[in-house]
Amino acid sequence: MALARRTNGMYPLDQLRSQMDRLVSDFFTPMTGRYAARSETQGRGFPALNVWEHNDDLYAEAELPGIKSEDLEISVEGGDMTIRGQRGGSPSEETTYHRRERGSGEFVRVLRLPVEVDAEHVEATLKDGVLLVKLPKAESAKPKKIKVSAG
Amino acid sequence: MTTQTNVTEREQNGAERTRTGRWFRPPVDIIENANELLLLADVPGAASDAIDIDFEDGVLTVEATVASRWNEEATPLLQEYGVGNFHRSFRVSEQIDASRIHAEYTDGVLTIHLPKAEAAKPRKIQVQAAG
Repeated sequence: MALARRTNGMYPLDQLRSQMDRLVSDFFTPMTGRYAARSETQGRGFPALNVWEHNDDLYAEAELPGIKSEDLEISVEGGDMTIRGQRGGSPSEETTYHRRERGSGEFVRVLRLPVEVDAEHVEATLKDGVLLVKLPKAESAKPKKIKVSAG
Repeated sequence: MTTQTNVTEREQNGAERTRTGRWFRPPVDIIENANELLLLADVPGAASDAIDIDFEDGVLTVEATVASRWNEEATPLLQEYGVGNFHRSFRVSEQIDASRIHAEYTDGVLTIHLPKAEAAKPRKIQVQAAG
């Protein structure tokens, strides 16, 4: 099959996920469709996250199609990043659903950050349904070059 | 009340296997009202000019290419989903006015309007009182 189903990456650091990723609660209201199925089978919750590190920044990315920035709240506190939001349902006048795979409802996801970040300078952008959060590392978390002085 | 409408997913044919890159099946809602079928598809990360919609012989095909967001120099810490292109097609049995199909793309959601052909719209038949 050329149409791959979304699969989990097999990065070795994924094993750290259970420690890094503390899921406080799934959804306040059950979501239907793909997301619900995914959270049940993988226990990771919505939204799924990709997290990477580049130089002095951490990046967290999530796919949030149909969610407006005003319906999204991101906060960083005590070493956790919280993404909270909701996606409304579709119009309900005189309609019949033939298929309903897209989830709707409220969600909260908490990610335990692997390093301390500078919460004052976290930036988030939402474009074409993709959320990207840039989290600059705190000074204390940046790698330091140690000069070795000749004795 | 609705007219009898069938939207069935079209099986992928052999040609799909020659595609390169990663392809995903976007989740969709298909909604019918008196005048049209509405297809909503989640295709996050696609630019509006990278979406192709094709309707031919009753088959609606949606394809969206998604640019890689991968940074070669970055170190992955957590990978819960893959990024790639989207493709899905449906057989639409309802009589659709192909010339009036139109679509919008907002916040990663593609909305395709498939207006019903006049003949397929429900009609109220007035019963006239006899003389």
